[in-house]
Amino acid sequence: MISLREAFGKYLLELAKNRKDFFVLDADVAGGTFTHWFRNAFPNRFVECGIAEQNMFGVAAGLSTLGVIPIVTTYAVFASMRAIEQARNSIAYPNFNVKIVASHPGIDTGPDGATHQAIEDLAIYRSIPNFVVLSPADDIELKQCLDFALDYKGPVYMRTGRSPVPTIHNEDYKFNFGYPDLLFEVNKDIVIFGCGITSHRVLNVAKKLGITAVNVPTLKPVNNEAFVNILKTAKVAITVEDHNIIGGLGDLIGSIISENRLCVKLMKVGVHDKFGKSGDPIELAKLYGIDESSIENTVKEVINEIKR
Amino acid sequence: MLYNGVDMDKILVKVRVNTLKSIYSAQSGHPGGSLSIVDILVYLYFKEMNMQDWQDPNRDRFVLSKGHACPALYAILAEKGFIEKNELWNLRKTGALLQGHPEVGIPGIEVASGSLGQGFSAALGIALGAKRLNKNFRVYVILGDGECNEGQVWEGAMFGAFHKLDNLVAIVDYNNLQSDNSCDNVTALSPLNEKWKAFGWHVLEINGHDFEEIENAFSIARRTKGKPTCIIAHTIKGKGVSFMENNPAWHGSRGLTDEELKQALKELGEE
Repeated sequence: MISLREAFGKYLLELAKNRKDFFVLDADVAGGTFTHWFRNAFPNRFVECGIAEQNMFGVAAGLSTLGVIPIVTTYAVFASMRAIEQARNSIAYPNFNVKIVASHPGIDTGPDGATHQAIEDLAIYRSIPNFVVLSPADDIELKQCLDFALDYKGPVYMRTGRSPVPTIHNEDYKFNFGYPDLLFEVNKDIVIFGCGITSHRVLNVAKKLGITAVNVPTLKPVNNEAFVNILKTAKVAITVEDHNIIGGLGDLIGSIISENRLCVKLMKVGVHDKFGKSGDPIELAKLYGIDESSIENTVKEVINEIKR
Repeated sequence: MLYNGVDMDKILVKVRVNTLKSIYSAQSGHPGGSLSIVDILVYLYFKEMNMQDWQDPNRDRFVLSKGHACPALYAILAEKGFIEKNELWNLRKTGALLQGHPEVGIPGIEVASGSLGQGFSAALGIALGAKRLNKNFRVYVILGDGECNEGQVWEGAMFGAFHKLDNLVAIVDYNNLQSDNSCDNVTALSPLNEKWKAFGWHVLEINGHDFEEIENAFSIARRTKGKPTCIIAHTIKGKGVSFMENNPAWHGSRGLTDEELKQALKELGEE
């Protein structure tokens, strides 16, 4: 078990030794985003911006014009809201090569409460032209997403995560940009989708109840055909996300279903258009219906419904 | 005045004339704040900056953070030969190269600007990058006075001082009129000099229409080490056209009538 923010911090350090083309920008949260190891090892490639995210995003835009790849790090709530107009106008509009890596997404942020829990970030970034949106599920996928992001020319938004998560991929896993990642396949009557912190939960439930589980690391853009192949024989699709059910994973799958005239019932599990609260991340997940036992109960109801 | 054999006064007239003609063609586009920065732009592009080739990696960098004044910048870019002069008459039109605010892709434009405060931060990023990558070029950025209402400007001011960006000069076009009213009738902008000073910048105040004062300020800025320089340039909004000068009505996106254009060009001394 390792949190994605810690995995990010560790991998950043490893990467920095092999490639010299990126800088890391921080808004006084290096300890929270785990960029402090990089800061200590590579001070000349670390840019302290202070608690001033709007300026930090602009600084990143300017830096990128010199051929440096800025990795901008802060909490998802600030990356997706405090500085969003800078992300749009200074970075996305000119299609600058800036990577935004945000920790503390969703209600998993826990005790800090609603002000610090980004439940809108995926929706917001998905709606901005030129942005690629990624949400890896474990440390292995995170490394590959970061490799991809650095090689990709253009703006990328990537979620990490606050709580430790189990590793669900093998060492030989290959991240396939834009494609769904089939975690567990039985019959495809019921397909359950997760992203980020919910992927290991949907995998466990799928194994237990004998349904198909899919991890969605790329939230934009997606390969339509690959998703259709998974969905075309399904009766019910269930999406589980630590995010508002508006504009995130659920709506992504919903639009694929409707655009391709698939006859699949969609159940969106996530934060139902309300704010988070302070609390233990696992207890909060239970409260909002996205912990493993809640997901299991939801799936059991769907199975019973289909049987009837 | 001659610089390197270039008659600056003639260029000034051409740039002012083309700025207004392009706004006339577009029937919108911020004439007041465009005219107030023409002297500084001409000085920067024809004397101060290393800007023979806009693609030279060692060129000095310029950012117009008050991006709404881009008609003046576009007229300069045309004068430099970076863009075709004919493009000026398509300003703001559907399918045209020249957008209502500076867009990356237009030759000579470094960053997207015009959402106020954002060009300034990008300029700071370029200056920081130059330092870290051991590049010798300098960075110049023009901000509006009203733009200094933006919190992002003061985030950037702290950043620039903290990182000792002495390779950057910020010029505030202090024409003392913003969109709605005079600056101090909108919010408490003054004392602007003391504000920049308190944020750790080397501050100079000049008449932004006087080449000698402009030249002196930029040469002092070059000699200033350890902190960035802010030049507060006192200017006249709508400079050179009597009915526009100091009239906030000419801030915004309004075009000129045939009569107004004729009168303005006459006053500017179009040949």
